[in-house]
Parts: sequence; C-alpha cells; structure tokens
Amino acid sequence: MILVFRHLYLFLDSFSFLLLSALGLSIIYGMMGIINQAHGEFIMLGAYFTSLLSVALHIPFIISIFLGAILTGFLGLLLDRTIICRLYSRPLDSIVVTWGISLILSQGIRIILGNSVESISTPLGSFTIGNEKFSTYRMVLVAVAVITLMVVYYIFNHTEFGLKARATMQRSDIAKSLGVNTDKMYAATFFIGSFLAGLTGGLYSPTMMVVPTMGTSFNMQAFVTVIVGGSNPILGSFLSSALLGIVNSELSGWAGSFAGQIGLLIMAIIFIRICPLGVSGLVDRLKAVRR
Amino acid sequence: MKKLSKRLFAAAMMTTLVSFSVAGCGGASSDDLPKVQGATRDSSIQDADGVIKIGIMEDLTGECALLGVQKVHAYQKAIDEINEAGGIDGMPVEIDLVDACSDNTKYQELSRKLILEDKCDVVMGCATSASREAVRPIFEDNNAILFYNNQYEGGVASHNVFCTGLVPEQQVVPLVPTMMETYGKKVYILAADYNFGQITALWFEQEVENNGGEIVGTEFVPMGTTQFSSTITKIQDAAPDILVVLAAGSSQTTFFEQWSTSGIKGLPMMTTVNIAQMYEHLQFDPPALANMHVVANYVMELETEDAKAFTEKMKNAFPDDAYFGMEAAASYEGINLYAKAVENAKTTETEAVIAALEEGITLEHMPSGTITMNGDTHHVTKDLVMIRCDETHELHFDANYSQVAPDWISKTLGINIKESAPNKQYTPLDTN
Repeated sequence: MILVFRHLYLFLDSFSFLLLSALGLSIIYGMMGIINQAHGEFIMLGAYFTSLLSVALHIPFIISIFLGAILTGFLGLLLDRTIICRLYSRPLDSIVVTWGISLILSQGIRIILGNSVESISTPLGSFTIGNEKFSTYRMVLVAVAVITLMVVYYIFNHTEFGLKARATMQRSDIAKSLGVNTDKMYAATFFIGSFLAGLTGGLYSPTMMVVPTMGTSFNMQAFVTVIVGGSNPILGSFLSSALLGIVNSELSGWAGSFAGQIGLLIMAIIFIRICPLGVSGLVDRLKAVRR
Repeated sequence: MKKLSKRLFAAAMMTTLVSFSVAGCGGASSDDLPKVQGATRDSSIQDADGVIKIGIMEDLTGECALLGVQKVHAYQKAIDEINEAGGIDGMPVEIDLVDACSDNTKYQELSRKLILEDKCDVVMGCATSASREAVRPIFEDNNAILFYNNQYEGGVASHNVFCTGLVPEQQVVPLVPTMMETYGKKVYILAADYNFGQITALWFEQEVENNGGEIVGTEFVPMGTTQFSSTITKIQDAAPDILVVLAAGSSQTTFFEQWSTSGIKGLPMMTTVNIAQMYEHLQFDPPALANMHVVANYVMELETEDAKAFTEKMKNAFPDDAYFGMEAAASYEGINLYAKAVENAKTTETEAVIAALEEGITLEHMPSGTITMNGDTHHVTKDLVMIRCDETHELHFDANYSQVAPDWISKTLGINIKESAPNKQYTPLDTN
C-alpha cells in the first residue's frame, strides 16, 4: 500500500512540475509558433513578484501568487506589443530574440534586486502514510495543475475568445477577413502564456531558492515536455506530462535524479526521431485512421 | 525613498556593467575600486611596473554568486587595509577584478587574460573545485601563482597553487567520529555530482568505515537540480542515523527547504560547506537546517576576539551585505599571506614568492585566529570549531580544535611540494 502510494506521489509530483512548467510555453508555441526561450525567466519573474508581494508587502500568499501571475502576464503583454509582434511569422528569429530577452531579464533582476530574495517557507506541512512523510503542498500543486489545465481547456474550447483565437492560429488571413482582430488574439494568447509562467513561478517559489537563474531549472523540463507533447498545446501537454512524469519519477526513484533527467532527454530524442509530431500528433493520426 | 534612489543609482551603474557582461562578462574594472591612498612608490620591493597587481577572479553572478560577492568584499577589505597602511613595504596594491559568471570556460579565458595580458603578480579566485581544476594547468604552464581561498575536497599538490580554505582532514576527520558516537552508525550521503561532491563523499565513506559505521545509501545530484521529492523519499526509505549533505550552488541548497517541509524531523546532518559558505541558515526559514553540523574556521556568529573583529570591520565596510562566511575569511587571509610573502621575498617574482610562502608564514589575529601556511603541502593550519545549527537556526559551537594541520598530502601520501611538486590532485583512492 505504502509502496503504491510512494510511486503515485512521486509520479504526481513530477507530473505537476512538468505540466506547470510547460503549459505556458506550449500555448505560446502551439498557438503562435513563437519559441519562447525566455519562458524560464517569466517563471522566475512570477517567483520574484510572488515573494516580494508576500514577504515585503505582507499580502497573503495565495493572493500574491495570483497578483504575481497577473504582473508577469502584463509584462509578457508589453513584450509582445513591443518586440514579439514583429516575429509572428519568423520562428527561428524568435528563438534568438527571446533568448536575448531571457538574458536581459535574469541579469536585470540581479541588478535591481541582487542575487537572491527572501521567499516564504513551504506552507501546509506534511502528512503521514505508513511511517513515511509526504509534503501536503506538493499534492496541492497537483490539484492546481489539473484545475489550471481544465480552465485553459475551457477558455480555448468553449468560449468565443477561444474560438477566435484558434481561428487566428489556424488561418489568420481568413479569420481577419471574417472580422477577427487577430493582433488582439495574439496579444491575449501571449498574455495567457506569460500568466501561466508567472503562476508556475509563484506556486514553486516557496519550495525553491528564489534566485535570478532559477528559470533555467524549469527550461529543460518545459522544452522536453513540449517536444514530446507536440503541436496541440492542451492535449499534448497533458499527455506528455503524464508520460514523462512516469519516466522521470520511476527512473529518479530507482537510480536517482540524474537518471530521471537523462530519461527525459532520451524520451525527447526518441520522439524527435520516431514521432516528430509528438503525442498529440500521434493521437490526431489515430483519430484520422479511425475515420 | 533614500533606499529607492540608491537602488536606482545602483541599477544605472550596473547597466553600464551589463553592456560589458553581454559582450564577454568582463565585469568591474579596477577603476571602479577605491584608489590607493597614502602609498608611496619608493619601495624596496622589486616589481616591473611599481605596483602589485592582484587579479581577483570570482563569481559575481550565476550559481555561486552568493559566495563570490562575500569573497570579493573580503579581498577589497584586506587590500584597502594594506594600502591604508602604506602598501606592501611601501608599494601600493591594485585590484584587477573579473567576474567568472560561475562558468568554467570563462574561468579559463580569464586566467589567461589575468596572467598574460594584465600581467597580474598573483591571481586569487575560483569557487567550485570544477573551476579550480579547469584553470590549474594554466597556472602551472605559465608558472603563475593561484591562491584558491575556498574549502574543498583536498589533495591538490601543485607548485603554483596555494589553498587557504579547509580540507577534509580538517573538516571530515574530526567531525565523523563525534557525530557517530552521538547519533549512530548508519550514514546516508547526498552530494553534488562533480569532483567536489564525489571526492568529499569518498572521504566520508572512508571515515565512516574507519569508525565502524555503515553507508546505507549514496546519491549524487547533478548541478542545477531543484526538485528533490524522489531523493527525500529514498532517504526516508534507507532510514539512516545521520545524513551527509554536500549541496553546492543555489539550486541544490533548495534541498533544505524541501527537506524541512517534508515532515521529517530532527535527523542529524553533517556537511563541509553549508551554513559556513552560503549561509543557508539565514536563507531558509527554520527549521530547514535544524541539526546540521559543520566544522569551520569562521562564521559571522563566531565569538572569538579575532572573529568578532573581522565581522565588525566587514559589517562597517559593507553594511548591505547579507553574510560573511568561512570563504570570506579565507580570502582575507589569502591576501595577507601573499602580502607577507612578498614583503619577505622583497620581490613579486614568482619563484621567490613561492619560496617565501613555502618557508611557512605564520600570521596572528586573522579572522580564524593564528594561521600558518604549511610549506610542504601549500595548505593552511587553522583553529577550527564544530558548529551545530539548532531548530531556531541559532548556531552553537560544540567543540574546538586547535591548530589543525592540513597534512594528508604530506603524512599519508608522503609528498613534499617544496622538494618536488607532482602538480596533480590526489583523492582517497590514491591511498589504496
């Protein structure tokens, strides 16, 4: 029983980390074709905003996370309107530009706020099963990850905004001719992607040391998840986080976190080689065959 | 308001610096530092350009910045004091400061620059052992002097390298038997996955076995790892009496936060780096570091006369700094040892300075009290304390070790660097 729960706990922990790391990146990439190298730095910004709001201004932690995510979202919006909007049809250029932005963000934060800021300690304590202890907050993160995914799914599939956004991403010229303000759709999508990055940073800030370079520790996992997930941001992120979560948690549990990280990279290589469209591409193909 | 405008000013100043760092992370130049006051140029010391140029190569940014900044400030303080007192025997000292960005390739480039282009008389620097091993051959090939002012895994026997930080025979050997007597014989090792972690882990294994204990598990964690759920689960599963943690860099120290909130309470821990280097007991809320033990020569809370004096003057000189730890002390001591060697040698010429250092310089009233450069090993004898961190993160000094010599290279391996330097690093594996 305890053994089953231990595996489940490690899987869920890994799953939520991958999902939250990748969702924002995946939406921006899937919907806009922008490869956002500054994604990790947006996560870092979310962690900084959350820590500053909760420690310096004594705003309750949950509200701080939310405000931090909104601030990150607006910063993303600002960047989109000033820089990213010039790169919509230039995916390769977007890599270089967003990489530059990532350097500016992490160095800028270091200059303004120094090498680290105080963050709050992980809330909620732990629970015991058998004679082993598990962190409660980590299980809350799993719930938050699933709820976030459902909300994003709802926004993109069941609202008018979602319909217009998807139309813009598929054929922006036709969407435009039908009266959709495509610029606004891109900006809103980038806002959502940045908001999700900020949210992830805020959620993980109490579990980590908040430093300007913390974004890089999310980047590898996020990119691997998006590669394995493929072009459909929501379905892809969900399936690939689940698949990679199993690989990562089992390998880490068996041979240490080094093996877990290697496992993720090997999965990325296998997918690029055998199934370049990712898990969601595979699902689409299966659907097409059944029709 | 005052604080804000200061921030803005700092931001404006640093923006100029960033333009450097984007181009190549050149960092601060010596022009930014206080100029030499009161020193005259008519000195008995032989030096080509009439000024003693000390290259400082540390991490002001990146993974190890929390350590680099305190070390650089300690260098500045030591050099300011020397210049205020008229320089080294009348000759002024100048700093050539570069930021290595916690990047080993950068370390190599900068070493060549400091030695060959800037013609520094000595270079002080390196934080991680990976960075030191990356540059050590460059100093050996160019016959330049490197002061490595940092705790490490021991075993460097090089003609050109002087290590003023602590080594395992000073930290691991005294700590392990005390810990095992008090807490038990089953030990789990969690270490950073590079030369420092791997070799220090060998030392802990060796000492645990020598004292009749058992290693119940070992995990090496890659640099930059931030998620420790599986690690924590494995430690719980192995149920050790003592946990060895050798976490390096700001990502890995995240372990302590996740460890303390995992609900496991009171498991005794030991280390050679945490607390005394990157002040994790202040970085994290209690009880993240509860029951952590480390042997060190200096921490800010240490109440010996010499330590208090150092703490006081560093606080006055750098009131905004968060902490000064044992590597800040080692850095301060490194500068003073070098200055004394130049004074004795009456020249900055490499071989003469090395010979002066190898004669065994003793300095009093350093941050860690009386220290002696050990000529046979190029390491430094110091007074040490065993530090225990309690649940409220208050530090207790449970044991004192007087004048502990770093003599593993000479006693166990039979090497005398003075006579012949093998220019390599030894590990416990070399004793078998």
